[in-house]
Amino acid sequence: MREMPLIDRDKCQGCGLCVSVCACGALVIVDNTVRAVDVDECRWCTLCELVCPNAAISCPFEIIIEDDRA
Amino acid sequence: MAVQVDSLKSVPYFSGLSESVLSSISKHVFEKRVERGEILIFEGEPAEVLYFVVAGVVKVFKTSADGKEQIFRIIRPGESFNDVPVLSGGVNLVSAGAMGAVVLNGIKKKDLENVIKEYPQVSLNVIQVLSRRVQELVALVEDFSFRHVTGRVAKILLEYAGDGVGERPRLTQQEMAAMIGTAREMVGRSLKNLEGEGAIRMERNRIIIASQKALREIAGII
Repeated sequence: MREMPLIDRDKCQGCGLCVSVCACGALVIVDNTVRAVDVDECRWCTLCELVCPNAAISCPFEIIIEDDRA
Repeated sequence: MAVQVDSLKSVPYFSGLSESVLSSISKHVFEKRVERGEILIFEGEPAEVLYFVVAGVVKVFKTSADGKEQIFRIIRPGESFNDVPVLSGGVNLVSAGAMGAVVLNGIKKKDLENVIKEYPQVSLNVIQVLSRRVQELVALVEDFSFRHVTGRVAKILLEYAGDGVGERPRLTQQEMAAMIGTAREMVGRSLKNLEGEGAIRMERNRIIIASQKALREIAGII
């Protein structure tokens, strides 16, 4: 399963702003809380993280070195 | 509840101490477990406990009046936080929060003072830890003074890059922005600049450093 944006359900107020900016349908509201659905189209645009007024969504990046010599 | 002696061995505060001394000190140390997002200490509250990270990652930060977060340090296993106010007396200078599930060891101010009085080696260790902290702060001042935003993002990427093996903290753009004292939007812009320069490549939730040399040049690291 691909990693999806992380959602802190305690912080989520279910406002739906993230759902409104998500272009790939990776986020849905269930019982007044947002949940991430595993979809291939999620490109980690991080817009959901950007718009959340409660810092309830985070999209962390792994930082990897490809070539030690270059 | 006292903690295992093994968890103290990797803590700089207690390096060079014998097994029996560590065993004695461990009776004053307690364990605490928290989940991602939990706040461990709040800025402005009385500093009562010195913490050591056993597992996981903790961010140490300040929040401005308009809610902007500035991360000062990322605390990894073996490292401590809240040292200065606990040792000098006073209130917490910063807040600290868990960036994931975290296991901590803590020692109360009074107990730490007793340990320092009883074992002089600990005093020397404390001086070394605080000296390193000053060096880190001088580096932070240098960052704010001399490096442009893209350069600062490049430096963060170099500092936090892993080889894909072992536990490395993963960073959101918001966290990177907070670490270098800029707006999140600036980080996004800087990452695009770095990608345009061919120094990095963005692959969904991974930032691949394609050229450390180019990144170092942009970061101003010779």
